[in-house]
Amino acid sequence: MTGQAPARQGASGSSPGPSPWADAVLAAAALAVDPAGLGGVVLRSPPSPLRDNWLDLLRQGQPPDAPWRRVPLHVTDGRLFGGLDLAATLRAGKPLAERGLLAECDGGMLILASAERLSAATAARLTATVDRGMVAVERDGTTARHSARFGIVALDESLDDSEAVPPALADRLALHIDLNGLRRGESPETVFTPEEIAQARKRLRTVTAAESDVELLCGVALALGTGSLRAEALALRFARVHAALHGRTTLAKADCEAAARLVLAPRASRLPLPDDEPPAAEEHQAETPPEDGEGDDRGSDSPPEDLVLAAAQAAIPPRLLAQLQSAVGRPRGRSAAGRVGALQLARRRGRPVGTRRGDLAGGNRLNLVETLRTAAPWQPLRRRRQDGADAGPRMEVRRDDFRIVRFKQRSESVTIFVVDASGSAALHRLAEAKGAVELLLTDCYARRDQVALIAFRGAGAEVLLPPTRSLVRAKRELAALPGGGGTPLADGLDAALALAEAAKRQGRTPSLVLLTDGRANVSRDGSGGRAQAEEDAQRAARRIRGAGLAALFIDTGPRANPFARDLAAEMGARYLALPRADARSLSAAVQDAGQSAGAPEAVA
Amino acid sequence: MAEPYPFSAIVEQEEMKLALLIAVIDPSIGGVLVFGHRGTGKSTAVRALAALLPKMQVVAGCRYHCDPQADPRACADDCSLRRGRKPAELKSKAVPVPVVDLPLGATEDRVVGALDLERALTAGVKAFEPGLLALAHRGFLYIDEVNLLEDHLIDLLLDVAASGENVVEREGLSVRHAARFVLIGSGNPEEGELRPQLLDRFGLSVDVTTPEDLASRVEVVRRRDDFERHAAAFLAKWKRKDGQLRRKLTAARQRLDDIQVPDGALERVAELCMKLGTDGLRGELTMIRAARALAALEGAKSLNDDHLRRVAPAALRHRLRRDPLDEAGSGVRVERALQEVFGT
Repeated sequence: MTGQAPARQGASGSSPGPSPWADAVLAAAALAVDPAGLGGVVLRSPPSPLRDNWLDLLRQGQPPDAPWRRVPLHVTDGRLFGGLDLAATLRAGKPLAERGLLAECDGGMLILASAERLSAATAARLTATVDRGMVAVERDGTTARHSARFGIVALDESLDDSEAVPPALADRLALHIDLNGLRRGESPETVFTPEEIAQARKRLRTVTAAESDVELLCGVALALGTGSLRAEALALRFARVHAALHGRTTLAKADCEAAARLVLAPRASRLPLPDDEPPAAEEHQAETPPEDGEGDDRGSDSPPEDLVLAAAQAAIPPRLLAQLQSAVGRPRGRSAAGRVGALQLARRRGRPVGTRRGDLAGGNRLNLVETLRTAAPWQPLRRRRQDGADAGPRMEVRRDDFRIVRFKQRSESVTIFVVDASGSAALHRLAEAKGAVELLLTDCYARRDQVALIAFRGAGAEVLLPPTRSLVRAKRELAALPGGGGTPLADGLDAALALAEAAKRQGRTPSLVLLTDGRANVSRDGSGGRAQAEEDAQRAARRIRGAGLAALFIDTGPRANPFARDLAAEMGARYLALPRADARSLSAAVQDAGQSAGAPEAVA
Repeated sequence: MAEPYPFSAIVEQEEMKLALLIAVIDPSIGGVLVFGHRGTGKSTAVRALAALLPKMQVVAGCRYHCDPQADPRACADDCSLRRGRKPAELKSKAVPVPVVDLPLGATEDRVVGALDLERALTAGVKAFEPGLLALAHRGFLYIDEVNLLEDHLIDLLLDVAASGENVVEREGLSVRHAARFVLIGSGNPEEGELRPQLLDRFGLSVDVTTPEDLASRVEVVRRRDDFERHAAAFLAKWKRKDGQLRRKLTAARQRLDDIQVPDGALERVAELCMKLGTDGLRGELTMIRAARALAALEGAKSLNDDHLRRVAPAALRHRLRRDPLDEAGSGVRVERALQEVFGT
């Protein structure tokens, strides 16, 4: 692509951004220089030779005796923090402590495999350790503080955006690298030797940053909307490491640029002010920054912030760029809601509510700790029964001791709003319908229901909002809903049914709230014609009744429509005409519809 | 080992800092809820505050951080106080005020305490292993992402926080021990909301935002950077300010009971709460207590309207009958009501 990049990038001012792989190599060197200061890296890549290659680079850069520990996904507290070594204790018959993984990692790297599936709880333990640079072991009789300063390599193997490294952890890791689709050798990369890295480590303490550098990085971060203030602090740290790697003791513009590219750009939540021309998207590789003089450090005409910003912008990963461009005006909480949704979904299989006696059949989950607890008091007795034979196991567990985890599954309700946004509805009452939905949303908030939003108009139906608990988002989608076009009522009902079935499969209890004037005029195949459209709608309505969904039909027409009333009957829905549907009766009706849908809780 | 960041060096976030100080002066206020984005220094502030407080005296070897001056009967059964010694004979030692993190996904047994598996297995005795609540006694319990915590755990925590006592009845154990701590919850509202019933039980609530102006962002980053690179020099630089604040806090705690509360103030608070339609009396009580703590902090003899005004948003904003669709937030409504009751 660029081809003309000089071999030692940073040493000679700015240049069109180096290839992503060259940046990844740079990141490995930087992380090897200052693992604890930079926090670590989110390395997004499936297992691949390229990833192994990167990890090798990082490992070679470390001091020879520095620890390198892989942490499995479901690591226990005991192993992570240290504490009682259960196996050794049982064998020896006296408490034996073990040192935890976190303390063992001190001064080295902690590798998290499949970090995208890391539980928020484990992430919280890691972040607490990272924040304090030590682990505190507080167990009965022992109180210990171990230094634990290390870098984290979070291997993110997610394929799409439905999974991601827990945001609280990602926020503390300076580098976010995406190896997907990268190839080696697009531009020459600089591999630092272990000696160079060791020297940089020594030099790092002496690197000074000018006030203007801090301002520069903060300005860029602000323009990119990186949110958390940790971004700037980490960027500054990185710039310093970069300078140390290149033999400098004061920050140069190239250092800030590298920091903007590697630390700030991947966290962008907005594009810098689009004042003059639209930002260059795909062709950022080929593009040469405007009037960027060769290799002077601080003397170019345009303000340094613009140049650094341009460097950062060019480094925004294409995937993120596409997201940013499509999400105009979205707040920066964009992905967080989705992630938490996924997290709660995982828990939704029920939360453990204690244990009960039981056998290990049919996929029951043994609660080992409770089982041992149950067995423990009996040990002296059982040992005596063995006639003092030493051959027996130290711990005797009997079948009666087995304790099985009980789950309580709270079936959450999802209220699916299906809103007619067609021309006829828009003409009459779309605004009022929106008002009614807002009232109902308020009601759902109080009950902690989830809500989903489907709109239909023109050629089809669209799921505007998959089930969520964020009322703010629901309101935003609703407010932005345009009106106009035909009334594909059948499509709307089909979409609602599909969403309801999906919710059911996830163990939730769906109910439908349909707001329409019932004047269907677009049939399933997309053609006009009232007769066919109405027939299709009736067929869709019968399927809804067949699925046993609780439904509420709110007729938004200016006067009661016999067809709408019939359709409601076909659906098995309660029928309510909006003229009489004031706030109170509306919410009461929705509540009734929800309650008839089944018992909310079941204990397995 | 690593010293925490100094409290006085935290840039801006005045409302959060004040709320934390108030909660320390009068722990009966019942905890602080901090809502805001990541990286706004929430957990830094809590840790810094704990480090700022004077070390506390505990009975040496007591697992519940018992105060040597306290009534020995208040401690759980196995405290050394019970071993037939008088308070004067007890060995005590000074320890830093604890800050205990309650991680998401913590299990109930870890929080309240449970049968000590280690001793059960090795010695075959039934003994109680204290949980996080015991560790947090006389200190802080900090819950990040409180809005994502299981509801039943929050219920439990709020109960203990309100009663100051942890009662454990499980696995054949029957233990009760004192657990008085300042509960601090933080979270990001975009990721899910806290049930209104739970909101109401936190004493104070503050919203923090990432500063959007360049100057303070630069200041935050610079100080953080200074601290990380030259920790000793940085700590020394802020030591005096932290010391001043520590003395102020100690004095305020002693003075707290002597602060006069004029009748007129009570009436105005009641009027304000009625205007805002807050349910129950908790709002009024918290507001008076918080204002009293603020008055003590500032060395006043009695609380005045200015104190009330300043604590009103934190004490009331989370108690309003909330309209979740009103994005303007409840702070504005409190402000408006304040204008009406107190004038400008």
